[in-house]
Amino acid sequence: MDKPINNRAWFLVVPVVAIVAFNAILPLMTVINYSVQDTFGNNQFFWNGVGWYQELLDPNAELGGRFLASLGRNIVFSLIVLAIEVPLGILVSLCMPKKGPGVAFCLVVMALPLLVPWNVVGTIWQIFARSDIGLLGWTVNHLGLDYNYTAGFFSAWFTIIVMDVWHWTSLIALLCYAGLKSIPDAFYQAARIDGASRWAVFRAIELPKLRRVLLIGVLLRFMDSFMIYTEPFVVTGGGPGNSTTVVSIELVKIALGQFDLGKAAAMSIVYDLIILVSCWIFYTVMTNTREVRRERLA
Amino acid sequence: MARIELNNLAHSYKPGPADASDWAVKPMTMVWNDGGAYALLGPSGCGKTTLLNIISGLVIPSAGKVLFDEVDVTTLPTERRNIAQVFQFPVIYDTMTVAENLAFPLRNRGVARRQIAERVKQVASMLDLSSDLARLASGLTADMKQKISLGRGLVREDVRAILFDEPLTVIDPHLKWQLRSALKRVHRHSRTTMVYVTHDQTEALTFADKVVVMLEGEVVQIGTPQELFEEPAHTFVGYFIGSPGMNVLPALVEGCKAHIGDSTITLGSSYPKFSGGQKVEIGIRPEFLRVGNGGHGLEVNVLRVEDAGSRRIVRAEIGGLPVAAIAGEEEMVSAGRLSLEPDPKRVHVYADSKLVRV
Repeated sequence: MDKPINNRAWFLVVPVVAIVAFNAILPLMTVINYSVQDTFGNNQFFWNGVGWYQELLDPNAELGGRFLASLGRNIVFSLIVLAIEVPLGILVSLCMPKKGPGVAFCLVVMALPLLVPWNVVGTIWQIFARSDIGLLGWTVNHLGLDYNYTAGFFSAWFTIIVMDVWHWTSLIALLCYAGLKSIPDAFYQAARIDGASRWAVFRAIELPKLRRVLLIGVLLRFMDSFMIYTEPFVVTGGGPGNSTTVVSIELVKIALGQFDLGKAAAMSIVYDLIILVSCWIFYTVMTNTREVRRERLA
Repeated sequence: MARIELNNLAHSYKPGPADASDWAVKPMTMVWNDGGAYALLGPSGCGKTTLLNIISGLVIPSAGKVLFDEVDVTTLPTERRNIAQVFQFPVIYDTMTVAENLAFPLRNRGVARRQIAERVKQVASMLDLSSDLARLASGLTADMKQKISLGRGLVREDVRAILFDEPLTVIDPHLKWQLRSALKRVHRHSRTTMVYVTHDQTEALTFADKVVVMLEGEVVQIGTPQELFEEPAHTFVGYFIGSPGMNVLPALVEGCKAHIGDSTITLGSSYPKFSGGQKVEIGIRPEFLRVGNGGHGLEVNVLRVEDAGSRRIVRAEIGGLPVAAIAGEEEMVSAGRLSLEPDPKRVHVYADSKLVRV
């Protein structure tokens, strides 16, 4: 039977194309356009080819040095944050009650930090951790530890990491909680019958069943922590020195502080590509290990 | 392997049960012999899964005792009862291979590595899983997964009983009988006490030596498949078992005669007088109704004749109530009036749904 060919359905895609073009493709094109030019203001642009990119990836150049150093901080920050939040989130979700009045209470309390806007989180911690008037800062200092996030490298890092853990562990915990709730009772009953220890139940049942939600959780947390801007900007302003200056802070400095649109655009593009590629690699690895293992065994 | 004894056992999910409907399992006393194959048969919600969970220790009964080999295990936790259970939906450990799945209960109990390997091998060959031992369990079909669940029970040599909670629910029809015969074989081989919960009479009757029929939290009959068929102790057993089920008709019983509407039939023995408040019924299996010439049978109105291949089922009505009968090969049946003659010895009398024995 011949199917009537009618391409008019393509018109239905037009709104999407228009919206995406308007808010993503055109701005991205502009950024790409900037990244191959230089400007001294006055809306005058000069062609620079791949010059900015070369400088960006050259550790000895001023731009490259700043970029790679801040990128390194981003990577370290993301790794530390993931290494803390994922296990902690799983642990919290395992401890949350599965039924009874405690469930609603726990869910609300867990959701609270997620509802606080980034800059407010930053402000809360900026004050909370101050060594003169902040409860945390004052207490830690009076316990005899030298803690001052505006002066000490470790204090600054400690502050932004704890802040991020406070802000986002709930996300992992809630995702895992949803994953745990979806495990049928029969699995736990079977495990009891099989004499499994708590740890064996976690390894054999819970962790495998959490795989999918953890994949999403880790992806979200990775992307989010990798593009972090507001909180360190509010708390430490990138300092002391450059010790908490992440790529996004560096970007804003270059783009809006120095008005080096070309450099900033090149940096944005590379930053963007790094996030895209790492997410893709991560996703592929996480979803493929299973299949590979199955094939190997088959 | 163990003899399981239920002593005045009862359970309610509600605290402080008031009336009869609050009890999921009504008080019962029962003994299941060591090495037997039992089926718990009943409709959904009759309490059979609750009873099973009480035996496995997943539910602690509100009253009564559970004894394994005369040892009280009522409050003993599941893991210390040495029980295995196969659930409705296959429970397997996704990230493990078939062999690892089978080894899991032994590993948890700290059995020596070599002994585990040996046991796993034995059980795998018993269940035809030998060639799949190295495969990841998550990629297998539902029936293989159920075999693994069963295998995790069998692998423990000291297992006292294996409980099955409707294990064939998610199995394809054509694989059901295979798995069922595998079960039967395993039972003959291992002689482990097995208790099988199901709402499917075929499964129950083919699997079990003894079938326990439950209704609304109560055991209405325990018997061999033959006993359930020939002498249902409760009208429910009558129409739950057998296809088509037993004909249950309200009747007026006087001595050895029963009046159903305008018809009168002869009973196998003489019955005492029933009090006015009792609901008196007679039950006749369709298999025991013959097509007669009229005179001393049930005068029915034939509605249709169903050809079920090997036999023909006569669907009729008497005073508005449906009656079924199995017609013999040569018997000609057509729509209209017909007399169905029962075998008097096979006609049972029920008072308030319970069999009256004389």
